[in-house]
Amino acid sequence: MPCVRPDGSLSTSGRLMLEAVRPGSTTEDVAASTGMPLYRVRSILRELIAADYVSEEGERFTQTEQGAEKAKASG
Amino acid sequence: MTIIEEPEARATLPRLNEPAPAFDAVTTHGPIKLADFKDRWLILFSHPADFTPVCTTEFIAFAEIYPELQKRGCDLIGLSIDSLFAHIAWVRNIEEKAGVKIPFPVIADLDRKVATAFGMVQPGESTTEASRCVFVIDPKGILRAMIYYPLSTGRNMAEFVRLIDALQTADENNVATPANWHPGDKVVIGAPRTTEAAEERVAEKGLECIDWYLCKKSL
Repeated sequence: MPCVRPDGSLSTSGRLMLEAVRPGSTTEDVAASTGMPLYRVRSILRELIAADYVSEEGERFTQTEQGAEKAKASG
Repeated sequence: MTIIEEPEARATLPRLNEPAPAFDAVTTHGPIKLADFKDRWLILFSHPADFTPVCTTEFIAFAEIYPELQKRGCDLIGLSIDSLFAHIAWVRNIEEKAGVKIPFPVIADLDRKVATAFGMVQPGESTTEASRCVFVIDPKGILRAMIYYPLSTGRNMAEFVRLIDALQTADENNVATPANWHPGDKVVIGAPRTTEAAEERVAEKGLECIDWYLCKKSL
């Protein structure tokens, strides 16, 4: 997983993406906020969900508690 | 002795106006699925091999049309049967030697899953490399165009931009585009399906008609 390393740390793109996720964000919101293309947003969000840093409900995304801690620590 | 191959022995090729084969691939931009391009146009193209001369000219040229494709809501993704590390080294080399940053992802298709699904390997030409194939996939995931070039011929990038323009114009206006059409040129309207409609067509004002079956209009 290129954006989430085996030790749970994040690549630059992964960190930017996690920081851009607000409660109930859509992929379009995150793309607009980060300037990344939609395909990358979708791909990286999938990794962040697998790492339990982001949760998905419908097509909306929110940082998990663990994700919020990671974003705070990375920032 | 027959020279005609049994149909079963041939690789399956994708078909126009059917869903493009789904893929889940390793790329220079991380793991990517076809579904990640939902709601966008996509050009998926293959090249024979990294660090080869014609392919390098093509990658530079694809990078040059990338902004034009983006303006049209179209993404671009490359593919070859090379490793991810070869791709990374090559795109870095292109940037270092030619000063061109490759802005699109490149699939490392070492297991040939994507190349096989799209019929990119043409054994009559090469059994180890993908040919120069181009697939246009629409925002609903439908395969809308396929172009295959031989190994020896570098592709004409302007044609791919023109093709996206033509497909989008056809979809938005329910028309077709004539030979050598470019944006701003007149478009072709569908041929009448009844004699009554043919009579109406030739009497219609504002059209440029050669005859009842070939009429053009401005958009």
